Amino acid sequence: MATCLCDAFYDDVAAATLQVLEFVGLDVEFPEGQTCCGQPAFNGGDWSASRRVVRHTLRTFAGDLPVIVPSGSCTAMLAHGAPLEFEKERDLSAVQELGQRTWELADFLVHGRGITKWPGRYDATIAFHRSCHSRGSRSAEAATTLLASIPGVTVKEFGEGEQCCGFGGTFSVTFPHISTAMGDLKLEHIRAVQPDVLVSADMSCLMHLGGRATKEGKPIKTQHFAQILRDAMLANGGTA
Amino acid sequence: MNGRKSVDQAAAELSAETQASVYHSTKVTHEKRTKLLFDQYKNPDQLRQWAGEVKQHVIDNLDSYLPAVEARMQQNGIKVHWAATASAACHTVLDILVARRAYRVVKTKTMVSEEIRLGRFLQHHGIESVETDLGEFIVQIDKDHPSHIVRPIIHKNRREIAQSFEREGLGAYNDDPKTITMRAREHLRHKYMEADVAITGANFVSAESGRIVLVTNEGNSRFCLAATRCHIALIGIEKIVPRDQDLPLFLNLLGRSATAQELTVYTEFIKGPRHEDQLDGSDEVHVIFVDNGRTDVLESDCTEILRCIRCGACLNVCPVYRQASGHAYRSVYPGPLGAVLSPLMMGKRLFFEKADLPKASSLCGACHEVCPVNIPIPDLLLRLRNRAHVRGVAMEGSPPMGAWSVLASQPLAWRTALSASRVLNRLPTDLLPIPALQAWEQSRALPEWRGGAFRKWLAERRRPS
Repeated sequence: MATCLCDAFYDDVAAATLQVLEFVGLDVEFPEGQTCCGQPAFNGGDWSASRRVVRHTLRTFAGDLPVIVPSGSCTAMLAHGAPLEFEKERDLSAVQELGQRTWELADFLVHGRGITKWPGRYDATIAFHRSCHSRGSRSAEAATTLLASIPGVTVKEFGEGEQCCGFGGTFSVTFPHISTAMGDLKLEHIRAVQPDVLVSADMSCLMHLGGRATKEGKPIKTQHFAQILRDAMLANGGTA
Repeated sequence: MNGRKSVDQAAAELSAETQASVYHSTKVTHEKRTKLLFDQYKNPDQLRQWAGEVKQHVIDNLDSYLPAVEARMQQNGIKVHWAATASAACHTVLDILVARRAYRVVKTKTMVSEEIRLGRFLQHHGIESVETDLGEFIVQIDKDHPSHIVRPIIHKNRREIAQSFEREGLGAYNDDPKTITMRAREHLRHKYMEADVAITGANFVSAESGRIVLVTNEGNSRFCLAATRCHIALIGIEKIVPRDQDLPLFLNLLGRSATAQELTVYTEFIKGPRHEDQLDGSDEVHVIFVDNGRTDVLESDCTEILRCIRCGACLNVCPVYRQASGHAYRSVYPGPLGAVLSPLMMGKRLFFEKADLPKASSLCGACHEVCPVNIPIPDLLLRLRNRAHVRGVAMEGSPPMGAWSVLASQPLAWRTALSASRVLNRLPTDLLPIPALQAWEQSRALPEWRGGAFRKWLAERRRPS
């Protein structure tokens, strides 16, 4: 699942995800009918609109293949959010079934495929932002494990890493003051460790933080976790 | 927003100084809490889950626990009263006071009394009711409201407090915290001695023994109870735990979660009025069990919020609370817990007045992660957002999702819209009359629209060469 954000803005992240999965030896299918996981309406409270989109996603991803998503947020929507809004629906079990075979990319690589080392080279100090939707999951730890294993990479912890970046979906536009203040705080902590690149497993956080940094006239380089893996692999002479 | 200030507006208007002090003290408390729990317990999350299960068991079986508690307390010599509403609770207090011809009351900190606005009610009926918790005392002399459920004056600095003390005739301006505390102590000592009745809340009630458990850090509850002959405890109906042996779990979690203490300084167990062979204790103990909207919560799909033990850990960790402080929530209960509880306690008819509060969250889940009774607060916020939507409560600034959902369930239309969206790259998007886009671009740059680019890349890559 490419996610709507990558479909609209971040095509290279979707491409990198595909390349990474192929690199570890998988045949990847991309169901053309995919749109969005349904989270915007779910978070907005319009659960009937959200269920319409989730049902579309159910049809699009029918079958028994694992669904890999370069986003903790969309993964959490399918694994946790959708079952919540389908509690009283007759197709709850189908929704739960999809949730159970949906994986966040880093979690899939490390815990699904048993990969704990990533080859290649990437010379950079990385600040890794753990997105909130990976709370209670093994995703953030999986991503930092893989990143830290890449020759040339230094992963730096920064202050208040458990705090939200302030994106929060529609929260970012309905509570713009608080959202921006949260982003500023996060950027302050990130800048303090002087990373070459800010990395996350969710483009939504990076869109918010990167967009804020650019608006302030102090842009920072942001990359998705999948892009780092892909670039490391290419530096090693891998083929895309 | 029903003409009321949104949480975001309130945050924007908060003084930088207040915001900074709220942020700093919540952050420090949260960090100490986390360190203490993880240093001392191998798996504090297991404790949170157990405590949550115990409280949920009580909430699911309140219909049998409440009569059992009543019977046990009556055996212990406590007079038990029931109050369905805030007004009934206030009047029950007043009736007890009038029957005793009591006109002076000392109070410990209790959120239930804030809920039912007891202070104002008693004042209106000519009764002097003095708050003896230092923070609540300052709130009272300032005619203010608590902005945090554990630290009521988190929004005030010592200079403001020193001014208040000077204004109230408690000494010339002096903003040394120790001096302020000693002056309050001196003032309150007299109030204890003059008072006829003590009013407290309760942190827990054991169904097994009927014991009331009270925790404080200032020892003011002891002074209140020692100096008066009559004790009235206002207790929310959800405060019950099944057995005395459940108390260590909750007391260990409460102190650590609330103030990063292993145990609060004073913990009192009150079983009933003084026996003949006891030197101290109240001659008369009244318990008023207060509903005030709690049964509405019981009927809802958010019963988990009734597990809450009022520790404030969710406020301390919440990035929204840290920016907005407590008054922004227009409720006795602010922060994540308040964003769930406050609209529910309005009842079905007035729910709409606070239906915006569940939106004041980025759904980051930090509140759930710290909650000592494992309340899935984000899930409850989402349920209430859905409730607001189903009830048609208009929500300022929230983008409608109907058209989007139609688009997102029709792949062809979706792909067309995505490709078409690239036109936005050539438009001054910050000037477009789309509120969400404007709000975004006010403080953040928009990335380049590249709708359809991935699909095109994939198609070319997969074209047989």
